Order: sequence, then structure tokens, then C-alpha cells
Amino acid sequence: MTEMRWDVAPGDRPTIPASEQGASSGFLVYTIGLLLAVILTVTSFWVANTSVIWAPGVPAGLAVLAIAQMGVHLVFFLHITTGPDSSNNVLALAFGVLIVFLVLAGSLVIMANLNENMMAHSELMNLQMQH
Amino acid sequence: MNVAVEMDAVRHGELLSASEAGPASKRIIAGFGFWIFLLSDIVMFSALFASYAVLAKATAGGMTGVQLFDQRNVAIETALLLLSSYACGMMSLAINSRRYFATFLGAAVTFLLGAAFLALELREFQGMIALGATPQRSAFLSAFFTLVGSHGLHVTVGLAWLVLMMVQLSLRGFQDVVVRRLHCFSLFWHALDIIWVLIFTIVYLMGVLP
Repeated sequence: MTEMRWDVAPGDRPTIPASEQGASSGFLVYTIGLLLAVILTVTSFWVANTSVIWAPGVPAGLAVLAIAQMGVHLVFFLHITTGPDSSNNVLALAFGVLIVFLVLAGSLVIMANLNENMMAHSELMNLQMQH
Repeated sequence: MNVAVEMDAVRHGELLSASEAGPASKRIIAGFGFWIFLLSDIVMFSALFASYAVLAKATAGGMTGVQLFDQRNVAIETALLLLSSYACGMMSLAINSRRYFATFLGAAVTFLLGAAFLALELREFQGMIALGATPQRSAFLSAFFTLVGSHGLHVTVGLAWLVLMMVQLSLRGFQDVVVRRLHCFSLFWHALDIIWVLIFTIVYLMGVLP
């Protein structure tokens, strides 16, 4: 077998030659994932509660930690890799992420804009009432 | 003559293209289809997240997240769900090597941790409702209960699915179809943990920042 004919199913680990695949390697992958996830989670809770970090930077820090932890889950638990036999899964994921980004960013931008305009309108109304 | 030889070489060569190799195995097709479903589920959650983010400040004079959220409780919930996801991974390994006892053990641990998570979440909801913070109190609470409640509903469905799969496994053994369904279950369970990462970050941690 010199060429991969099929992508692996999502959640299956990439095809590794049997000689390199120890019996405990799967266990090791999940355990490394668990340790990384625990470290990131603990850091998230610490960042949210500490006063050491500049307060306006905390939400950005939390966002970065959450994205990192989602990456850890994808790679170590769902085994989504950048390998050639995982390209269909990665493409589907990329499309999903694009839609999620459009829904989130679109809603937030539009609603913030709407709020701003409504606010100006009500202030105008108040001015009219005062006169 | 030459053409025939070449075609023969292609057929027996190891560099078959995807279209010549025939359909992919059912495990790959089922797994990929379920992966697409999971991504569409995540898109649905993104809409719930967007509405929560828009409405988070609309408390209508009612209780706010700072008053309602208990970080200790959230930390325990997070630990339970993460360990449940890990146990599910151990179950997948046991399934791949076709070990009955380890599979049932992994499933039992996954189920118990998931059920404990659900119990804590329901207790939290109950406590909030007892304080008068019901879903109809404010737009913030409506969005909160919709978002976190949908995740809880997914966990409930996952637990029921796991019980059904254990019944199927005990009746039918490691048949291909049972193994495929168990594989889809583990994808589902890991995806739920990913969504929980976003929930505890956006709702519970960012919600209590000064």
C-alpha cells in the first residue's frame, strides 16, 4: 500500500504503519489530550478570577484559551489532523467554522449597529420632549 | 495491445485513483455523514450563542449573571464532562480492540459522569428558578436557559443513546453496524464537550467579569 485511497472516518486515528503503532499509543493520545484540556480549563478559571491580569485583556485571554481548548479536543479526542487522509473532514470543519463565524459576527455587528441607531433615536425623542 | 497492457498495469498497480477504487467503506461514509450532522448542530448552537451574546445585558431589572452563577458548580460540571469525554475515548479504544468488559466499563463510567453533570445542571436551574430567575423573567434569562438547556438536552439524548447502544452491544455483539453506531456516539459525545468549553467560557466566566 503506497497510497492512501480513502480519507479516514472522523474520529479514527490516521493510518499509521503497524510497526509504529504501539498498543498503548491510543491511550497516550487521549491522556495527553485530557492533560492539556485540564491545564487550559484551570488557566481559564484562574484568568477569570485573578486580579494580576489587566482587566480589559481578560475577555480576550479567555477567548484564546477557549479556542486553544477546542483545538485540543479536535486533535486529541476527535483525531481531526492535517494529514492527507483527513482532508475531507478538515474541509467540512472549515466550512462549518466559516458559517459559525458569519452567524456570530453578523448577528453581533447588526445588533450593535441597531442598538446604536435606536439609542440615537430615543435621545432625539427625549430632546423633543424636553423642548 | 499497448493500451491493453497499460490498462492492466493501472488495474493492478497500487496507485488507484479514488474513482477507480470503488465506494469507500461504510464506516468512513457513516462517520463522515455524522461529522456533517455534528457541524450543522454546531451551526445551530452558534445561533443560540449569538442571541445570548446580544441579549446578555438585557436583564430587565432582574437578577444578573454575577448574582446567579456559581463558579464552583461550573468548575465541577466542567470536570465531570471532560472526564466523561475521556472515558468515552477509553471506550472507543476498547471497542477497536473488541474487548467486551472494558467497553462496558468505559460506557458505565461515561454514563455516570454524564448523568452527574446533568444532575448538577438541573440542580442549578432549580436553584435559579427558586430565586425567581425563570426563563420568562428577562431576555437574558430566556437566552441563558435556551442555550444551556439545549446543551443539557443534547447530553440527555446522548445518555439515552449510550444505554440503547449497550443493550444492542449485549444482544448483538461487535457487529459492524453496532461498532459504527458506537463510533458515531463517541463523535457526538466529544462534540458536546467542545460546545461546553464555549458555554463555560462565554456564559459563566465572561458573564461574571466586573
